[in-house]
Amino acid sequence: MVATALRSRRTDGQLPALLLFLPPALLLFTIFVVMPVGEAAWYSLFNWNGFGRPTNWIGLRNYFSVFETRAFGLALRNNGLIIVVSLLVQLPLALTLAIMLAEKFRGSVFLRMLFFMPYVLAEIATGLIFSFVYDGDYGLLAAIYRAFGAEAPHLLASADTSMAAVLVVVVWKYFGFHMMLFIAALQGMDRNLIEAARIDGATRVQQLRFVVIPLLYPTIRLSVFFAVVGSLQLFDLVMPLTRGGPADSSQTMVSFLYTHGVMRMRVGYGSAIGVILFVICVTVAFTYKRWFMRDE
Amino acid sequence: MNRLTRLMFAAAAVALSAGAAAAQTTVKWLHIEVNPQQVKIWEEVARAFEAKNPGVKVEMQFLENEAYKAKAPTLLQSKDRPHIIYSWAGGVLQSQVEAGVIEDITEPMKGYVDTLTPAAVDAFKVNGRNYGIPIAMSQVGFMYNKELMAKAGVDPSKIKTWDDFLGAVKTIKAAGITPIIAGGADKWPLHFYWTMLAVRVGGKAGIEQAMKGENGGFESDVYVKSGELYKQLVDLQPFQNGFLGAKNPQAVGAFGDGKGAMILAISSFYHTQKALAADKVGLTDDKVGWFEFPQVPGGKGDANDTLGGITGWLVTKGSPKEAVEFLKFFVSKDVQSRLAAGNYIIPVSKGAEEGIVSPFMKNIAANLAKSKYHQNFYDQALGPNVGRVINDASAEIAGGSMTPKQAAKAVNDAWKQGN
Repeated sequence: MVATALRSRRTDGQLPALLLFLPPALLLFTIFVVMPVGEAAWYSLFNWNGFGRPTNWIGLRNYFSVFETRAFGLALRNNGLIIVVSLLVQLPLALTLAIMLAEKFRGSVFLRMLFFMPYVLAEIATGLIFSFVYDGDYGLLAAIYRAFGAEAPHLLASADTSMAAVLVVVVWKYFGFHMMLFIAALQGMDRNLIEAARIDGATRVQQLRFVVIPLLYPTIRLSVFFAVVGSLQLFDLVMPLTRGGPADSSQTMVSFLYTHGVMRMRVGYGSAIGVILFVICVTVAFTYKRWFMRDE
Repeated sequence: MNRLTRLMFAAAAVALSAGAAAAQTTVKWLHIEVNPQQVKIWEEVARAFEAKNPGVKVEMQFLENEAYKAKAPTLLQSKDRPHIIYSWAGGVLQSQVEAGVIEDITEPMKGYVDTLTPAAVDAFKVNGRNYGIPIAMSQVGFMYNKELMAKAGVDPSKIKTWDDFLGAVKTIKAAGITPIIAGGADKWPLHFYWTMLAVRVGGKAGIEQAMKGENGGFESDVYVKSGELYKQLVDLQPFQNGFLGAKNPQAVGAFGDGKGAMILAISSFYHTQKALAADKVGLTDDKVGWFEFPQVPGGKGDANDTLGGITGWLVTKGSPKEAVEFLKFFVSKDVQSRLAAGNYIIPVSKGAEEGIVSPFMKNIAANLAKSKYHQNFYDQALGPNVGRVINDASAEIAGGSMTPKQAAKAVNDAWKQGN
């Protein structure tokens, strides 16, 4: 049986390579990915503060209490908001700019660089910079309001506006990255197709609508994928801006895990959040890959 | 001698001296102090100790406050843990002791603890054993800007009750001055209002009963009433614009800049407001005043009860005995007097408070000496989880997203769940 399997077509001739190269990779993956995930799943069944060994077994109670926490709902909503804004604002913006800047003209390289710059900036630095920009007393925003003779709002200090303020920073920071993806795809595109469309009498808009954008679909799918995964990971931008507050209004899943799990030394509870986040990530990644990125 | 031999000799010499260094005892001392002047004095204390005890090296390590709290559980359970660590006593100390990572220092400290303030020593006792040495105490109360109070026509010495205080806030606001500055993004500056009111309303019995779960625990009348009184203040909108987004250092700096009339402060803000002010000068001694947190008529608390911090050092399990020796040296009257003379701390070593020069800090020391019930900060006393919940709930009351009843319930739920 085993011999047949080994002699099967799949491993034919590749067996030595498999035996040589698979174990190290498998070992690393097990030690650094599978085991920590398994450990977190195990801890999530205990009421444990991180000291000593976990002994207080409470079954699935951590999970129930996560679902009951208002901050969890808010975090989930905010992650959803980030995805929606990424799709409705960031992606069209990046695409438009990419189409404009993919052409070669004086200053196009400079503009590309300029728009890409925020992406290069560290998240923490970006957060700090914007916390100054948003400051209602001394910030840039306050100066603009004052120029019009109005009192500036403290956007980060109100539960109604804090998430919107974070979203603006998210778009500002990441649109350049998506723009670069699109520019790369546009430059790799077969010019003959557009040429052909033009000769056939297609207007500029029609060329975009029927030739360029369909050819960009794979890149758009990739960009959406990055936006979704990025949303689920968003943390280091939120911490210097709002730390998830006020009143948990700008929590993301990861900042929720950090503020309610790590900072409170509730290792079991935090692990439960981690496991939930893991399940969400895996589901999203696999579903997306299966439904939208089948061809790649 | 050719070059190679010389090189080998050099290598051997290095190896030998390294061996000698390893034979020394190193005491690893982890602190979270950010004030460079205070660290400098500590540094000198360490060097003085080394000079007196040849063969002992004191190595200072630093971690930022929040980073330290987050890292502590893993750090303490590693083999490479520091020997002396910083502590706020309370619930965190309790769980560390239960985990068996802290050394019982009752025996080596025998007799020695008598030279220290009893209330502070007791804070570091778990099950009647000494697990740490207190180094400093602080008090929570109102710091005010004398010029702005005078401008608004408010006499701080007349603020005795909570209603007086609310009246003063209205007067100051009517004068077009921001009554109170608060670092609401950090949340704990706001929890002082709720918990200090609880000290006034419920007294020592209030929190003791709550911790035992009597009278509805933290949902008892004490906490609901305190929350409601706090809400009365919040409803006057006494804080600076955007206070929920301001971190404590920003708020203290703004107070030092003269942006508001009052701040509910830890006594150590006396220094920090100077360091954090835009001009690095802040409010000088003639411009800054202090009044006690107002009384609540009908409250069970004694008028002299205080809320504040008690900080100290712990010795971790398996540390060399030199670690304890160093602590004894650290809390000796000489060293404490030096720190007190810099006005950095209210010392816990008896008699060392004589070293305090500034009238401001002298007053705090006198208050703490008078106090029969000194409540440790709630967010420390109740442990990391319940502490954070209290802080969150205090900020939510201030932001209007929770009623005092809901806030009390949130705290009680967390307390029942445990840390």
